Amino acid sequence: MTDASGSLLPLPYTPTDVYHRIGPEARETLRSAYGWMILGRTLDARMQGLQRQGRVGFYGAATGHEAVNVAAGLSTRKEDWIFPGLREPLVALVRGHPLPRYVQHLFATAHDPSKGRQMPCHPSASEVHHVSISSVIGTQITHAVGAAWAMRLRKASGVALAFFGDGATSANDFHAGLNFAGVAGLPVVFVCANNQWAISMPVERQSAVATLAQKASAYGYSGVTVDGTDIVAVLEAFQRVLRESREGSGPHLIEFRVYRMTPHSSSDDPTRYQPVDWNARARAHDPVVRLETWLSTVGWLDDADRAGYAQRASESVRDAIAEAEATPPPSPASLFEDVFSRPLSVPVEIPRI
Amino acid sequence: MSEMTLVQAVNRGLFEAMKQDPDVLVLGEDVGVDGGVFRATDGLIKEYGAERVIDTPLSETGIIGTAVGMALYGLKPVAEIQFLDFIYPAFDQIVSELAKFRFRSGGQYPCHVVIRAPYGGGIKGGVYHSQSTEAYFCHTAGLKVAIPSTPADAKGLLLTAIHDEDPVMFFEPKRIYRTATGEVPDGDYRVPFGQARTVREGEHLSIFAYGAMIPPASEAAAALAKDGISAEVIDLRTLVPLDEAAAVASVEKTGRAVVVHEAARFCGFGAELSAILAEKAFYSLKAPILRVTGYDTPFPYALENVYLPNAARIEAAARAVMQEG
Ligand SMILES: Cc1ncc(C[n+]2csc(CCOP(=O)(O)OP(=O)(O)O)c2C)c(N)n1
Ligand SMILES: [Mg+2]
Repeated sequence: MTDASGSLLPLPYTPTDVYHRIGPEARETLRSAYGWMILGRTLDARMQGLQRQGRVGFYGAATGHEAVNVAAGLSTRKEDWIFPGLREPLVALVRGHPLPRYVQHLFATAHDPSKGRQMPCHPSASEVHHVSISSVIGTQITHAVGAAWAMRLRKASGVALAFFGDGATSANDFHAGLNFAGVAGLPVVFVCANNQWAISMPVERQSAVATLAQKASAYGYSGVTVDGTDIVAVLEAFQRVLRESREGSGPHLIEFRVYRMTPHSSSDDPTRYQPVDWNARARAHDPVVRLETWLSTVGWLDDADRAGYAQRASESVRDAIAEAEATPPPSPASLFEDVFSRPLSVPVEIPRI
Repeated sequence: MSEMTLVQAVNRGLFEAMKQDPDVLVLGEDVGVDGGVFRATDGLIKEYGAERVIDTPLSETGIIGTAVGMALYGLKPVAEIQFLDFIYPAFDQIVSELAKFRFRSGGQYPCHVVIRAPYGGGIKGGVYHSQSTEAYFCHTAGLKVAIPSTPADAKGLLLTAIHDEDPVMFFEPKRIYRTATGEVPDGDYRVPFGQARTVREGEHLSIFAYGAMIPPASEAAAALAKDGISAEVIDLRTLVPLDEAAAVASVEKTGRAVVVHEAARFCGFGAELSAILAEKAFYSLKAPILRVTGYDTPFPYALENVYLPNAARIEAAARAVMQEG
């Protein structure tokens, strides 16, 4: 898959192939996916800029991961539950969480659905079953297993999806979660977005296995490795495992190979550890450009469409930012809410800010 | 009312909760077919089936992480950790996830899991089957901590825990699992959290204890009574929430306090209670507060009776606080 020259790897499909792989709605699905990917990319670019200006405290971009996130959002149903990591807020947006609410979270305002309790990029969106994320790597993996177990007990038709990175495959809960799911045969999909880095650690030093997907065999099921920058392949993979999960297949592990196209987060300097050709290799696998080029080539997207998507994305991001910047921070008294169902004790004098 | 042991009362509480609410389920190591290594879950699987009484693989982080996911979805899992000493693989799930879900999601994701764990020494369990580390959990905002000392409280506090809306650490004094016996109300019996129990009223000093330290505290009070020293014994029952009002009122009456726990002394729960009494009942105190606790060593095997507070040590501390003032 690697092309060190940095020239784009075209998606190798004819329209007929694509219909065959992702169904009769392929044209609309891919155009919609493109629109969401542009939104994700626009938001990442804008927020990284604002972070450098000191207007938001932190940002963890998902640039390079868009195909995985958008395909997950488009392929899942309302009754499915998402147990995300740092790079999956776009999944919530595609599943219906309003962008302005998410941007309120990024600015940690009084209208942040999680009341400014967490660093940016840690949303909680219960109306679309996008579970509050922890900064602790890997802990969400067993939560997805528990939710899948609960779905089965309640005879619900949902599937639980746990998202995590390549680094997380070394964490305790990866092993515990994949093992419990295998033993109990649960409707859970483990989605590993292998962006080949865990901050500065290359994936080769994270694990000695040839593919992370093969780890599933240690738990009694099989995993697949998929090019996570090829939206067609990603949609096809999600559609298949979700269908099989609903039919009682038991758990799945999918490893999506992607390229982290930004620093790890706003606090990172990757020039200290990434090879000089990394960015060129990553650009060759840019999921947004790969899709855009393909759509244009087959005539499913013209210049006017492209400009329209770009304009709508930048306007909605701009408006959401303006609204959030005009919203006050949470009140000091709110600190004492939600520790317990009812406060056990509140200091007599709540500090002012 | 029926007469039973403390561990039987836990079992009755679990039966009652599972009968009341189909969302209640039990999971842990050996809790199903085996009925739990202490038999606390005995018979549940026969009555409620393997779907709701789940024998899990051997992973504490797996048990608690799974329970958290079940609770997020709306079930009411009661997870058993076979011994409190083995809870640490799940410590991350408890303090980073369970305790913080409601807060970090702005109230969108309450996470109500009850974690039962036998705790404490006096059973020849050595370093890893004896510890009493409730303070770690009391220190984490978002967790409630209950520790019964009688069969009635074991059932009543457990049912309150299962019907609560917050995560509850429910620590069972395994040393008195079978020696503590008593009448337990039938049916849906609940003991509220945050209400200490006066085990014995007294005038001259207050002895605060919980769990397996209630029997030696009562024994010490009986011995002191023979010498005309009237000791009040207070069973805290829940450390979070703590019945501060009862503790302060007792010391305002007696003017003297001894705090007892089998956990190590340094940063133990006694340090918190002593600080609260110093802040809120200082002008009633006639003598320094004394603590009778385990030592700041790992829990020993051969010398466990040296390590564990007993009636004689509690009595000696009581006599010492009576010397002053
Ligand atoms: C338990 C834990 N250890 C360390 C960290 C610090 N940390 C944050 S992200 C990260 C790397 C994660 O890599 P990966 O799982 O591949 O996800 P990615 O960031 O590449 O998407 C580390 C070490 C953490 N958040 N949690
Ligand atoms: Mg990574």
